[in-house]
Amino acid sequence: MLNDPKNYKENVKAYQPKVPYFMNCFKAFLVGGFICLIGQGVQTFYMHVFHFSKQAAGNPTVATLILASALLTGFGIYDKIANFAGAGTIVPVTGFANSITSSALEHKNEGIVLGIATNLFQLAGEVIVFGVVSAAVLGIIRLFIEHLF
Amino acid sequence: MIFIYAFLVGGGICVVGQLLMDVFKLTPAHVVASFVVLGAALDVFGIYDHLIEFAGAGATVPITSFGHSLLHGAMAEGHEHGYLGIAMGIFKLTSAGITSAILFGFIVALIFKPKG
Repeated sequence: MLNDPKNYKENVKAYQPKVPYFMNCFKAFLVGGFICLIGQGVQTFYMHVFHFSKQAAGNPTVATLILASALLTGFGIYDKIANFAGAGTIVPVTGFANSITSSALEHKNEGIVLGIATNLFQLAGEVIVFGVVSAAVLGIIRLFIEHLF
Repeated sequence: MIFIYAFLVGGGICVVGQLLMDVFKLTPAHVVASFVVLGAALDVFGIYDHLIEFAGAGATVPITSFGHSLLHGAMAEGHEHGYLGIAMGIFKLTSAGITSAILFGFIVALIFKPKG
């Protein structure tokens, strides 16, 4: 029954590499937490040195992390960390900057306009599309409910 | 103390992402997209605001905060200008993040050579 196409998913299971669930999660936790820790350090710096409020300090913090992540991507370091950390480098906002920079770099040889500028959002576009669509829909629903009462 | 909470909460959110990838076999793109939608959804009862108050950068650095600030900006303008305000304010709070990502991404791509 090994060649039975109906049971393909079951049969192939034994040959797939086992996923080290715990180690993957541990690495993601460690690296993801560390990136947030750096973010907290930057945020505290902005709050004390430039006197940003707690809410307003989030903006320059994210911008700083994005700059750092774009540079690390340029040097090829971010991808090495990403190999180790999985979601720990994808979920933080640095992963967003990494996807923008790496897809732009990848298509660099096609020119500045058609290569870099066109492909800048090749991977990161979905974040903006889903973010804007969900925020717009939820915002309209919330305004509608607030108008009702 | 906020540093410890930032580490724990930020790491915890990443673990959820890792589990979605390993157990449910989602691609990174799907994980990030669902996190953005989740962040916007968690804004409904101000849950995400409490999380930011509690964990600081542990809540603002993960991509979930992108969805949250999109909705926050939209609602702030929406209260002033009605439904049109949603379109006017949606990028208000995330402007710094998107601008710096485009700017630095473009500059780095200009300067560096692709690796690997």
